[in-house]
Amino acid sequence: MKRLAAGTGIVAALWLANGLLSGSLVPALGISPYFLQVLCLAGINIILAVSLNLINGFTGQFSIGHAGFMAIGGYSSAFLTVTFGDRIRAALGFLPEAGQNGVLLLTGLTVGAILAAIAGFLVGVPSLRLRGDYLAIVTLGFGEIIRVFIVNIDAIGGARGLSGIPKLANFFWIYLFAAITIVVVSRIVNSSFGRTLIAIREDEIAAEAMGVDTTRSKVISFSVSSALAGIAGALFAHYLMYLNPNSFTFLKSIEIIIMIVIGGLGSITGSVLGAVLYIGLTEGLREFAQYRMVLFSFLLVVLMIVRPQGILGHWELLAGLPRRWRLGVDAPPPVRG
Amino acid sequence: MSTFLQQLVNGLSLGSIYALIALGYTMVYGVLRLINFAHGDVYMLGAFAGYYLSRRLQGSEPSLTSALIVMAGAMLTCALIGVLIERFAYRPVRRASRLTLLITAIGVSLFIENGAQLVFGPDPKFFPSLAPRADVRLGPVRFTSEQLTVILVSFLLMIALRFFILRTRTGKAMRAVSFNLDAAKLMGISTDGIISITFALGSALAAAGGVLIGMQIPKIDPLMGIVYGLKAFVAAVLGGIGNVPGAVLGGMLIGVSEVMVVGYLSSSYRDAIAFGILILVLLLRPQGILGRVQKEKV
Repeated sequence: MKRLAAGTGIVAALWLANGLLSGSLVPALGISPYFLQVLCLAGINIILAVSLNLINGFTGQFSIGHAGFMAIGGYSSAFLTVTFGDRIRAALGFLPEAGQNGVLLLTGLTVGAILAAIAGFLVGVPSLRLRGDYLAIVTLGFGEIIRVFIVNIDAIGGARGLSGIPKLANFFWIYLFAAITIVVVSRIVNSSFGRTLIAIREDEIAAEAMGVDTTRSKVISFSVSSALAGIAGALFAHYLMYLNPNSFTFLKSIEIIIMIVIGGLGSITGSVLGAVLYIGLTEGLREFAQYRMVLFSFLLVVLMIVRPQGILGHWELLAGLPRRWRLGVDAPPPVRG
Repeated sequence: MSTFLQQLVNGLSLGSIYALIALGYTMVYGVLRLINFAHGDVYMLGAFAGYYLSRRLQGSEPSLTSALIVMAGAMLTCALIGVLIERFAYRPVRRASRLTLLITAIGVSLFIENGAQLVFGPDPKFFPSLAPRADVRLGPVRFTSEQLTVILVSFLLMIALRFFILRTRTGKAMRAVSFNLDAAKLMGISTDGIISITFALGSALAAAGGVLIGMQIPKIDPLMGIVYGLKAFVAAVLGGIGNVPGAVLGGMLIGVSEVMVVGYLSSSYRDAIAFGILILVLLLRPQGILGRVQKEKV
């Protein structure tokens, strides 16, 4: 009951914030479109970072192809809304326009998430069966292959990109799904299944000896993470109304890794902070774009040497609050000695 | 038939480059159990070192001596770079978790790629020709002089490496470190020194690959190491990671299959082939063709 109330409260607050920020409720309060766009992209990156942290930070398996799953979600949902959008709208004729948009977006998100999860499953099964760093190299290859395929498929625009995607996502939808992602990941991490993930991260052999089906746990964690990346991709597509294969290069995957490493591997708060910080720095340092990646990569190496657990480590913001204020969000247990 | 033989030759010459890079991956993996993501970028630096050296030497006619100087210079430069990378990036985190090591490697790789774009400029550069060109015909098959050089030089280097690993004291120490680092240390082997030597050797071979590719496809750019690095890594996994002859075999197989698919099927999925092979290897024989299953010890 309390959770339901909290959830409704969050939705209402987001709805209100969306109205205020875009200036549709009180025109004087509308902020500049540029800033609103940066905020929305930050929200999408929060989804990406938190979901990648599930596999990289909590399960301890290194994936460097997150952008590939984002691309799958983005392209499949956009293909759906572009091709079948009118028919779905016609079937929903009884709803007001906002309702039609919502249903259409949710359909796209669902399809994107499911396809990304399937891709995650297919990539995960051969590579997660093995111990070691195979996931890293397979996901790296996978991210590039997805791009090769997208460039070669003409129905989704090929190298020209896919344009004419309806603008269905906005601040409200993006942050709603950012909130959902945070809740989903934190609930997973704090479940008994989450404990098996953390056990795998800490010591895979010991986890197996305790009866954890490590392959199964890793594959589930990876598929969930991919599905969430697919949602992020779908939101990205329906927010910017245009997709280009070049948005999903290896560099995008690396950006997400930098976010979670800066914030703290194994901290949801850290991922959120890392995503916001990264977008903030990227926009702030726009004039020095060519030095930016040199700086970030240097930072990454130094951080690994000086503080390998990231800035926040395993610390969580809500963990310090009394239980009833945590909205179901808990800190993962501090395990690593 | 003659097209097939021609494709085979093209494949072998591409495969020799993959093999040279794969050797570095496999040797470093052998001693540190680390996927050295920066290795592909060291290969790129080798190509650029060769480019700047040969520009320096320009004016003199392309001759064997200048080609040798360029090759040796690039190999030395990259050996030094490899040692520096190990000393300042990998050694401090060697005892940390694998994830830390892997992220460090990615960081180094990104740093080199972006640094190179700043220093060399992002545009491709054209590698000057180092040796007089002449084609050799063997029946229906035509070898360009570049292809011949690539195949010959890489085979010479691989034989030299094999001799070094199997016949010298340092090579023996290297095998010991790869077998068990702690035990090797207890036997009085300077493991830090051996690891440095491993990085130097692997990087020098990658640099040779970089110069050779510069001679063959005369276009080089700061991001060329990514794709070649990935494919060479797949070659190392295919042959059995940690296994030196396996890396050569894997490189040849990847090179030949890539050229064959491009020649007979389609070129648009060129970069997808290595990845498909990788998935198959992981499903069917994760230890690679020549690799042995390693028992996991607690």
